[in-house]
Amino acid sequence: MRHIVSVLLENEAGALSRVAGLFSARGYNIESLTVAPTEDATMSRMTIVTSGSDEVLEQITKQLNKLVDVVKVVDLSEGEHIERELMLVKLRAVGKDREEMKRMADIFRGRIIDVTDKDYTVELTGTCAKLDAFLKAIDSSAILETVRTGASGIGRGDRVLKV
Amino acid sequence: MQLTGAEIVVRCLQEEGVEHVFGYPGGAVLFIYDELFKQDKVKHILVRHEQGALHAADGYARSTSKVGVALVTSGPGVTNAVTGIATAYTDSIPLVVITGQVPTHAIGEDAFQECDTVGITRPCVKHNFLVRNVEDIAATIKRAFYIASTGRPGPVVVDIPKDVTANKTDFSYPSTVSMRSYNPVTKGHPGQIKKAIQLLATAQRPMIYTGGGVILGDASAELTQLVKTLGFPCTNTLMGLGGYPATDRQFVGMLGMHGTYEANLAMQNCDVLFAIGARFDDRVIGNPKHFFDPKRTIIHVDVDPSSISKRVKVDVPIVGNVRDVLKEFNKQLDAGKTHMDAAALKSWWAQIEEWRGRDCLKYDRASAIIKPQYVVQKLYEITKGDAIVTSDVGQHQMWAAQFYKFVKPRRWINSGGLGTMGFGLPAAIGAQLANPKATVACVTGEASIQMCIQELSTCKQYKLPLKVITLNNRYMGMVRQWQEFFHGNRYAESYMDALPDFVKLAQAYGHVGMRIDKPADVEGALKEAFARKKDLVFMDFITDQTENVYPMVPGGKGLSEMILV
Repeated sequence: MRHIVSVLLENEAGALSRVAGLFSARGYNIESLTVAPTEDATMSRMTIVTSGSDEVLEQITKQLNKLVDVVKVVDLSEGEHIERELMLVKLRAVGKDREEMKRMADIFRGRIIDVTDKDYTVELTGTCAKLDAFLKAIDSSAILETVRTGASGIGRGDRVLKV
Repeated sequence: MQLTGAEIVVRCLQEEGVEHVFGYPGGAVLFIYDELFKQDKVKHILVRHEQGALHAADGYARSTSKVGVALVTSGPGVTNAVTGIATAYTDSIPLVVITGQVPTHAIGEDAFQECDTVGITRPCVKHNFLVRNVEDIAATIKRAFYIASTGRPGPVVVDIPKDVTANKTDFSYPSTVSMRSYNPVTKGHPGQIKKAIQLLATAQRPMIYTGGGVILGDASAELTQLVKTLGFPCTNTLMGLGGYPATDRQFVGMLGMHGTYEANLAMQNCDVLFAIGARFDDRVIGNPKHFFDPKRTIIHVDVDPSSISKRVKVDVPIVGNVRDVLKEFNKQLDAGKTHMDAAALKSWWAQIEEWRGRDCLKYDRASAIIKPQYVVQKLYEITKGDAIVTSDVGQHQMWAAQFYKFVKPRRWINSGGLGTMGFGLPAAIGAQLANPKATVACVTGEASIQMCIQELSTCKQYKLPLKVITLNNRYMGMVRQWQEFFHGNRYAESYMDALPDFVKLAQAYGHVGMRIDKPADVEGALKEAFARKKDLVFMDFITDQTENVYPMVPGGKGLSEMILV
């Protein structure tokens, strides 16, 4: 099953490689991993999208907690949460495709942020599934390039991850 | 007054009460060595290879409850130390390893003797640090000792660039450590302990299984009290030997791949399993699928939450310092409200005694060739079970574990988790320095001993009267045994050809060498060797080449699928 794990960790050199190293050393999956400092500059927040059985997830959480740089770990998928991912897609937009691409971007609430006479660059935010759906809806030969940030997640309402 | 980084390093070690540092000098640590030279509180022990430094610091830590300290230079100094760091990590041994690094301005430029120490050691340390500023040295070393020795212990590497050891700053050693990201649990949950006791009272076929956590947590007195109160059978893992007195009737021997028949069958057939400071590893329970029994309930006490339900699903987890938790168990049991099922226990013990009657450790005592088990048995008798015994890795290690009855903790020192050949001799150096009055014996094989044999020179320099007991069967015995059992007797590369004359080799290093090849001479030779209180005696016992370690649970099998002699 797919899980979104949020990690608060000390914003120190090498902290990211400790987490990445843990996942590769113990054979855990990483679908995506994003990390950036929080409002407290001494701390970073990481969102890891992973998958595995309940036993594997229990071990992932425990092993993450065991890292000396890790302050807190929460499996967001255990409760109500929101996830968002940002994608930039460069689409071929010539001839009749030009109008079609604009329409598709509108349907998916995307924004065209760069335009040339041959292509559009579309900015799209949403769940990973929504971004996948957009890419599926477009003729694959029209997709020139994609770049995705990986998911960021946050708990709903009073589910707050803070020290 | 401002101090240099190197002075600060040495002052920190003094503040921590460090008496011995095991190391080897080199370019990046020269300022630190210069400061060690100028003082006499911290004694430096010069090894002959960095692997030896780590194992010696490790043996020092295992034979005491102190943190072992090693000091090595950058690049190859570090890479040579990695085996020792990984050995300590796998067995959760508290070490602080100070490593030199090239100057900060040269880091990343492929400088001479540069390696990414923090990167290379990351997977085999509890934590590591690169100290970029002289102002951070004292606080970092303080943290290193704190992290190494608390919670589940482990090695911590502190990597210090050369320029940082030359720069100056004010020195004050912090008295406390506070880390928001590191707060190991100590006390176990009283509710869980209560629940566990209720469960123990219902047990028909209980079993107590304890590991290295009891040794590391200095909890053997508490464990002994608990086992006595409960009246249950108790087994120790290879790492846990000495946690419960092996001479006691309730001790059913070591369990696992080479565990006793009675320990393995009791483990497999129990209905309530009480695991304490142990981690259900593959050499202990074999294949978890074969071990699994839906009717068995498991209570597991461990300081490391990630050890619980890792390989085997646990019903009552108790996270905490083993000693504190066992104290709480004893307290609740002393209240006297809980009674164990005496009738059930009686028939369970009758079953265990029947298994014990199988005498699974028997061997040919009338053999005309020296049996390795006999040597260990005589070693036990002559040292009255009171020696610190280190070992290398292989058959001799298993025979030492099976035939030397450890009655106290921190007497049995071996590389259980990583299985590092070459560990025994340097570990004995550390143990002897930490316990100058103790009798220290290294049980080894002719293959293992050659992996760190250069440390015989260290023994000479520091006048360490170790007794090296080599069970020489001219084979990498355990490899040969597996080849005999599982590879059609094809002894690929396991014969130790072109062996040195160990007697002359010992003499060349300035020690006493003895070669013993008749069973009748074993006892006399051991007596003579142990009577030489001031000499290192290297004993080369020529043993039966065909002897195997029994019982044996083949890899991937269950505990009841033992090969018996």
